[in-house]
Amino acid sequence: MSDPLTAAVGLPTTSVPSRPATGFWRRALRHRSFVLGAALVCLVIGSALLSLVWTPWPAYEIDIASKLKPPSFSHWLGTDSFGRDIVSLLLVGARSTILVGIIAVGIGLTSGVCFGLLAAARKGWTEELIMRMSDFTFAFPAVLSAIMLAAVVGPGMLTSITAIGIFQIPIFVRVTRGSANAIWAREFVLAARASGKGGFRITIEHVLPNILSILIVQATIQFALAILAEAALSYLGLGTQPPQPSWGRMLNDAQTLLFQSPMLAVYPGAAIAVAVLGLNLLGDGLRDLLDPRLARER
Amino acid sequence: MSVFVLRRLVTLLATLVGASLIIFLVLDALPGNAAQMLMGADASPDAVRALTIKLGLDQPLTVRYLQWIKGMAVGDLGNSYVYGTPVAGLIAERLVLTIPLAIMSMLITVTLALAAGIYTAANHNKLGDVGVMSLTQVGIALPNFWFAILLILLFSVKLQWLSAGGFAGWDDGIWPGVKSLLLPAISLAVVQAAILARVTRSAVLEVLREDFVRTARAKGLGKREVLWSHVLRNAMIPVMTVMGLQFANLLAGTIVIENVFYLPGLGRLIFQSIANRDLIVVRNCVMLLAAMVVIVNFVVDVLYAFIDPRIKVHDL
Repeated sequence: MSDPLTAAVGLPTTSVPSRPATGFWRRALRHRSFVLGAALVCLVIGSALLSLVWTPWPAYEIDIASKLKPPSFSHWLGTDSFGRDIVSLLLVGARSTILVGIIAVGIGLTSGVCFGLLAAARKGWTEELIMRMSDFTFAFPAVLSAIMLAAVVGPGMLTSITAIGIFQIPIFVRVTRGSANAIWAREFVLAARASGKGGFRITIEHVLPNILSILIVQATIQFALAILAEAALSYLGLGTQPPQPSWGRMLNDAQTLLFQSPMLAVYPGAAIAVAVLGLNLLGDGLRDLLDPRLARER
Repeated sequence: MSVFVLRRLVTLLATLVGASLIIFLVLDALPGNAAQMLMGADASPDAVRALTIKLGLDQPLTVRYLQWIKGMAVGDLGNSYVYGTPVAGLIAERLVLTIPLAIMSMLITVTLALAAGIYTAANHNKLGDVGVMSLTQVGIALPNFWFAILLILLFSVKLQWLSAGGFAGWDDGIWPGVKSLLLPAISLAVVQAAILARVTRSAVLEVLREDFVRTARAKGLGKREVLWSHVLRNAMIPVMTVMGLQFANLLAGTIVIENVFYLPGLGRLIFQSIANRDLIVVRNCVMLLAAMVVIVNFVVDVLYAFIDPRIKVHDL
């Protein structure tokens, strides 16, 4: 991205967003929170993928005879009140979490970015309308939209995906519009205009590539929020339905058994925390690595 | 100043109308017939028709929407489909729990966050800063309902200091009520405080770099005096923005946390109503929560102008 003139004069090129340079991986491997975050995220994704081909025990197999067993060699973390193996449930639960997260963030990202780019490109009343719309979507946290949807169409994975996805939209609208506006004010956009490019081409060829790193960082952090929301919704019984295992649901089941098997309430929550912590650290790391100007004060 | 408040007020009203429209359309227009849902799929058509007329559901959508809005203005939210009692009364009964809970956890959040944020900023890059910041990173990742369950495990199951749930009410004085809301308020607050502490820290650090801080130091003010009298006031803007947004999370959080501790608050009412198919109660509860979120953010915006007179109409 750095143009030959500034490079030749030796001017700082910080005003132009730096692309991931060739040394990206070298810098990345030295970045503590990136490495830790990436490791945790890989662990969660790995568990989900592993559960597709192998789990220690069949996750849906009910075996009342061996219910609430303490950890042992055959059941590493013990069994739940139906005699299902906890490790297997956690592995399969990772799948639901990631699935809901990816689709919900996908909905928020695609519609949010489209609206945000449109607002920045068209200005005027289009921008005003989009921003006011996104303002009042903020009035509906994911739990509220999920409650409304559950009251009408009933609870389920689709309900929680829709509710979380809708709540993600205004966040992406704001981030996209804010950073796109900054790009639109730059000289190279003016040059593109002077050479006769229209608003759509400028958006696709100049604005979007330049805000991509910001969007990637935001998407990582939103993914973490989506996982928290999914867990809360399935804990409340509005999200993923049994027998499909989910971490939130497991916590709900475990809460009724706090006095008998307190550890059952520890594992699923720890799994959620690991996933969210990993994504947050990864997001922080990516922010530092992709766009040093955005680096937070450390 | 007054133009600024007026403009924000118009936006506030428009947002409230928009929110009410969405809630009404989703809950009343989409499902077809609330009476059918109440009576189940195998109810006789005559009975369903009778109930439809009794509940006033046979009138056109616009009439029902306007009735609802008019009712909200005078405090008459209609009667519950299931209990037949006024919805306003049902909600008021629950608010004596939910509002104190929200206020308590907001107070805990702000106290923890400002203390941690100011401490870490004043000790930038020292051991205490790094330690507290790592703690907040973990705090952000905790699902609040899981943290609540862990608190129950520790304080109710192991130590047996506090009860695992339920609400003592306000009849025997303030203490029993506060005691039963303590664990719920803490579990809501800790996660929010972790976020707010990070925001406070970066806001304070940002202001510490300003020229006027150097000037204040140059004229002989001590580090501590500068921090308390110059920096904090200027750092409050971003902190308050986030506090406003967090209030929304907090309200959503009470719905979840009330279910963890079996507290008879607004959140439990919503869930019972969903189970009972009592859509009129759901509609009003959701509207109330959405309105609270919007109004709090309005108040925050107006407060900016008082904290920082530089914010004027053109900044919007």
